[in-house]
Amino acid sequence: MGLDIRIPLGLMFLVTGGLMALYGLFTRGSAIYEKSLDMNINLIWGGLMFVFGLVMYIMGRRPRRLVASRVQSTEEPLGRPPRH
Amino acid sequence: MQLTFIDWLIMLVYFVFVLGIGFALKRYMRTSNDFFLAGRSIPAWICGLAFISANLGAQEVIGMGASGAKYGIATSHFYWIGAIPAMVFVGIFMMPFYYGSKARSVPEFLRLRFDEKTRGLNAILFAIMTVFSSGISMYAMALLIQNLHMLDSLFLAAGIPLSWIFHVSIMISAVIVLAYIFLGGLTSAIYNEVLQFFLIVAGFLPLVWIGLKHVGGWNGIKMALGPTYTHSWRGMEHASTNPLGVEWFSLVMGLGFVLSFGYWCTDFLVIQRAMAADSEESARKVPLIAAIPKMFFPFLVILPGLIAISVPTVQDHLTGEATTVSRAAPRSNTSAAIAQTTVPKGDVHAVGSEGRGLIPVKVNAITGTPLVDEDGKPVLNYDLAIPNMLLRYFPTGILGLGLTALLASFMSGMAGNVTAFNTVWTYDIYQSYIRKHESDAHYLWMGRAATVGGILLSIGAAYTVTNFNNIMDALQMVFAFVNAPLFATFLAGMFWKRATGHAAFSGLLAGVLAGLAHIGLTLPAGEGVSVKGGWLRVVHHYPSEMAQNFWTAIWAFVVCMIVTLVVSMLTRPREERELVGLVYSLTPKPDERKLPWWKRPVTLAVVVLAMAVALNLIFA
Repeated sequence: MGLDIRIPLGLMFLVTGGLMALYGLFTRGSAIYEKSLDMNINLIWGGLMFVFGLVMYIMGRRPRRLVASRVQSTEEPLGRPPRH
Repeated sequence: MQLTFIDWLIMLVYFVFVLGIGFALKRYMRTSNDFFLAGRSIPAWICGLAFISANLGAQEVIGMGASGAKYGIATSHFYWIGAIPAMVFVGIFMMPFYYGSKARSVPEFLRLRFDEKTRGLNAILFAIMTVFSSGISMYAMALLIQNLHMLDSLFLAAGIPLSWIFHVSIMISAVIVLAYIFLGGLTSAIYNEVLQFFLIVAGFLPLVWIGLKHVGGWNGIKMALGPTYTHSWRGMEHASTNPLGVEWFSLVMGLGFVLSFGYWCTDFLVIQRAMAADSEESARKVPLIAAIPKMFFPFLVILPGLIAISVPTVQDHLTGEATTVSRAAPRSNTSAAIAQTTVPKGDVHAVGSEGRGLIPVKVNAITGTPLVDEDGKPVLNYDLAIPNMLLRYFPTGILGLGLTALLASFMSGMAGNVTAFNTVWTYDIYQSYIRKHESDAHYLWMGRAATVGGILLSIGAAYTVTNFNNIMDALQMVFAFVNAPLFATFLAGMFWKRATGHAAFSGLLAGVLAGLAHIGLTLPAGEGVSVKGGWLRVVHHYPSEMAQNFWTAIWAFVVCMIVTLVVSMLTRPREERELVGLVYSLTPKPDERKLPWWKRPVTLAVVVLAMAVALNLIFA
């Protein structure tokens, strides 16, 4: 297929992680973080997701390497073709 | 539950991407091969993640969290015994036949190996099962949205009765899954399953992190719950000495062999993902790649259940004021630190004094009174383990991510079943028995129509599923008498050239009937006569529902195997030349010598098995 899954995957994590990290940045010291044991989990986890998304997106955008030559004996179908 | 704009925004982003993938892939759907088999062009790692993600339905996340809270770490048997060995087996031994035979589905393989009637029987049973599974995912998701009051504020603002939430939730999930499969077929489902996989990991990993930090890590759980909940093999010599209520033989034979191999080796829902791989080599690696994250999933879905019962019980209804939770006699510094914790108001489901940790007592939906079992003990609503964990530990923002992960798990389960259904319907039922010689464009159209039909039938199934405390038990019951005999048929067919079509068909039929009869003749302890058993006559009581399921599978498997062997001996086998590529002894073995040793599927299989053994030993 022409679409490299790492591009939408990367973009989704970039957007979601970015939104969470920004929200975490604006809610520093808020009482909402009592739930997460006083960790600003939005900032921490959003940041990690953002980085993961960036890595995936960059990997997906890189020009593809040539596919290695196929392994003859294991690429060949083992059974007969289906009868229709 | 009060969600804020950031939670809704995160959910919206996910749905935009899910539908966006469907639209982006629409232009590649030119032939039925593209729509049903993803053009056999997907790399192994993508298929591998889709392989486990398709299995990540309701039973995985909510069910395993519930079982973790109910049975403890012994639930990991469903992974380390009940999945990994079978995934290795299907990758190494069975995938060359599935992929190499160029069959487009599991029922079609049965036609190649045996005959038309065996394919027909399997196709019909499988179609019913996928609709049932998809319906369960849909039902569980709608129930969760309703119970968590996720949409209450929106409905109140729009003036819509709250009783409509369940129905609207079903419709919305149905429309989204329908849209992306209708547009992009199997490729769209696989791509979305990869997205869902990463989202589920991203959503649950911080939950485990915060939860473990709260309860003092694994040592804190061990101290809070004791050895019964934290050792997976302790007390397995007898059904009455372990929380699962099964003994080691039925666990290993019923779950580890029959049920597990029956599911992972023959269920087209997962096999379809491997068949979409870009080469036979990749197809063999798909289940092996999938096995690696699969064996660590207990830490993501079972551990939250254990944490949920390790935390101090929330004593009061959370009606507005902050509630203090406390634990009697903390036994370590770590637990002393959590002995007095303030829970912010207004979120976690009220647990009440009879609940345990974050698990509330089950309440009669009509009268509002707590449910009790035959001994007068309160019945706990274990299915709320994961949702309550999310509400307890996630502030707004990441709560949106956690809920999105939960919704993603339901949708991946639903989509997996719908893609398997539309393929089996179109190739194995419609093309075989209704319209045989139509154009490829016609079958592509039928695939899309079957997607709509599958979704409609799933909605019907969703409304019929109401009678089970634990969702997983319901699925296990169905798998027990549908998948278990099928594995016997495959074993005989792939490894014994003498097995015949008449034998496979009669064996399969006898196996399914034996499984059904076994359920009809037995009952789990503490249960009355119901759909769960005893509706023929009660000749035996099992210590638990799980034990009954495992033995149903064993009976179905054994009867199917015996009938297949006996009838094979009485009927004429096919010519050997017709069975090349379909039977192990008559098929050239895949030659891996050209691959470096570390790239060979067998090497990967050995590593996977060694890791599974290590995990079993660590948590024994």
